[in-house]
Amino acid sequence: MSTTNPPEETMPDIEIDPRDLRHLADAQMNVELDTGDMILNLGPQHPATHGTLRVVVRLDGERVISADPVIGYMHRGYEKLTEFRTYPQITTLINRIDWLSSFANEVPFIDGAEKLMGVTAPPRAQYIRTMLTELSRIATFVLFLGEMSLQVGGITPAFFGFRDREHILNLIESATGGRFHPNFNRIGGIKDDLPWGWLSETRSAMQKVLDSCDDFEDLVAGNEIFQARTRSIGIIPGDLGATYGVSGSNLRASGVDWDLRRDGAPYLVYPELDFKVWTHPDGDSYARYMVRLQETRESARMVVQMLDQIPEGPIMAKVPRIIKVPEGEVWVETENPLGQMGYYIVSKGGTGPFRVKIRSASFSNVSILPWLLRGVYVPDVITILASLYFILGDIDR
Amino acid sequence: MNLLAVHVPWGLALGIKTLIVLIVVPTGALLLGYVFLLKMMSHMQSRLGPMEAGPHGSLQLVADGLKFLQKEDVILAEADRPVFKLAPAVVVLSTFLIFAVIPVGPGPGGVVANLDVGVFYALAVSSLSVIGVLMAGWASANKYALLGALRAAAQLIAYELPLLLAVVGVVLQAGTMNLQSIVLAQQNGAIFGWDFLGNPYILTQFIGFALFMVAAQAELTQTPFDMPVAESELVAGYMVEYTGFRFLFFFIGEFGTATAFAALAATLFLGGYALPWFHGSAATLLGPFVLIAKMMLVAFFIFWVRFTYPRLREDQLQSLAWKVLIPLALLNIVLTGVFKVIV
Repeated sequence: MSTTNPPEETMPDIEIDPRDLRHLADAQMNVELDTGDMILNLGPQHPATHGTLRVVVRLDGERVISADPVIGYMHRGYEKLTEFRTYPQITTLINRIDWLSSFANEVPFIDGAEKLMGVTAPPRAQYIRTMLTELSRIATFVLFLGEMSLQVGGITPAFFGFRDREHILNLIESATGGRFHPNFNRIGGIKDDLPWGWLSETRSAMQKVLDSCDDFEDLVAGNEIFQARTRSIGIIPGDLGATYGVSGSNLRASGVDWDLRRDGAPYLVYPELDFKVWTHPDGDSYARYMVRLQETRESARMVVQMLDQIPEGPIMAKVPRIIKVPEGEVWVETENPLGQMGYYIVSKGGTGPFRVKIRSASFSNVSILPWLLRGVYVPDVITILASLYFILGDIDR
Repeated sequence: MNLLAVHVPWGLALGIKTLIVLIVVPTGALLLGYVFLLKMMSHMQSRLGPMEAGPHGSLQLVADGLKFLQKEDVILAEADRPVFKLAPAVVVLSTFLIFAVIPVGPGPGGVVANLDVGVFYALAVSSLSVIGVLMAGWASANKYALLGALRAAAQLIAYELPLLLAVVGVVLQAGTMNLQSIVLAQQNGAIFGWDFLGNPYILTQFIGFALFMVAAQAELTQTPFDMPVAESELVAGYMVEYTGFRFLFFFIGEFGTATAFAALAATLFLGGYALPWFHGSAATLLGPFVLIAKMMLVAFFIFWVRFTYPRLREDQLQSLAWKVLIPLALLNIVLTGVFKVIV
């Protein structure tokens, strides 16, 4: 303690650790029961953190006093790496940002590069891109629909989620050649046309997805125990969520009617599609589940619409063999499965970008965790983590 | 003493029965583990489960058991060694003790210990496993294990009372706590004078049966109430630090106790080893098979619920137990008492 204190506050002449003061405060509140807090490291290796998120929670019994997410265990330096790659090479990297919906990651980046070059992909290519984006949205969300149940204890729906994801991954594989990382977009179009029979296969797969969405609604969302575990758990007020930068389904579940597919700068063929943006007024974990369930159905309906509307024609615009992007800057943002994803691309006219800033959805979505986890029980921590639905690659990049 | 109509000295009979109990627990665990954990769950989840070891994967658990025996027995430096080593044995012990009173055939030869307070004894020793769980969680020196163990202890006060009160109806109706007599009362009883089926108590004690199954689910830490193990929250709860054969003990304890409770439920509510039309030596021969069939039926429901439902929170279990299960159980006792006096 410094000597500038007023003399009437006669402080003892010893060094005081602030941590001791905390215990003093506890002791003043309740002299008989001075139970220390337990610090629990949830992660980096923990089954509920889907990867390497570490949440340091201070527990009083099972109640969380404070929670600090520690990120960066999977930082791969993609923003820097893009500076040493050419544009066609970069799609390989950004496939791995949100590895559950890799195709959707490529779209905004390629869109940005095309905007800088003044190239527009032909309509058929745009349709195929949009279909694959929506398919990867379905692939991401059906996994969530099962995974969420697994995190609150129901084992079986998780396998249904993987089963349905398999239908979608087969489609993506047959169209692009890659199950997880399609790497299918080219500046000015896409690599290949759709294989024979893909459209009818997709149509029947969409029916399977719609059917299993009904299953999820009955088996998971309609279950009283699931509702008891998720309703009014982890409520994000809409305005607060927006302040934290929460986006996508998480924000729509808080009643904010904002979807970049409809409200952002027009991209792909979304302006031509007829779709509903689902919101939920509650903002709790159950609302997030229901919004994603409805969005899965909506995506399946959108794919069916596109199957009816897809035009014939070329799939590549005329682009030079060696891609050189003219000098300029562009900001492109899209509605990815996990939320708002954006790329700020600065080009100095070379074969690769000068600087790329990646705005990934999960990074902002988990930033609300310290606020959200305060005062909940340990089981609810898992519910909230699961319902926010982040991908570690999307947090750390 | 007559065992299958052959005179056997008392000591040998006891030895044989003890051996049977020692075999029954791991065998029951294997049976339930294979039929329900490996196969039923897999087929519910649109997959096949293990298929390689033995026909249709039937030897998978034997292979797993042999694998566990070869594993290094890791004991953490921080762990409380004697308690850590003893805990799995305590858990398994309670399972063995339950089987001592479950009758598999008529007469004193059909049960290891024909106790007059059989029901009371079975429910009492079944709770011993929580001591083992607490020991395991405390001695592991692991925060997840500690949370799991304390949850198990907290859970005990929620399910133990409904479990006992659910059985009180049966005891009232049968007028005895001897499991052998309860089975005979069901075999020879009549529901309002109609005695074609005997009187399996599930028909009159259906509230008690439902409460017993819910409470047993909590006792067995099966899914709606599996907070002490809670894979997605506490990794594996109290057994997180156990490896090798000690983990195998917990596994046998888990599924052996499921076998025991399924057998207990079958005995108390479904008529046990007895079928209404078989008496004498036919009942003696059929008894074990009838009991196993009824036990598998009960176990099917236990595991069906386990694989389907999400998990409740600890405080939600408490409110369920104290606000719903216990009042219902008391109501059931009152109704049973009234009917007992009137009829």
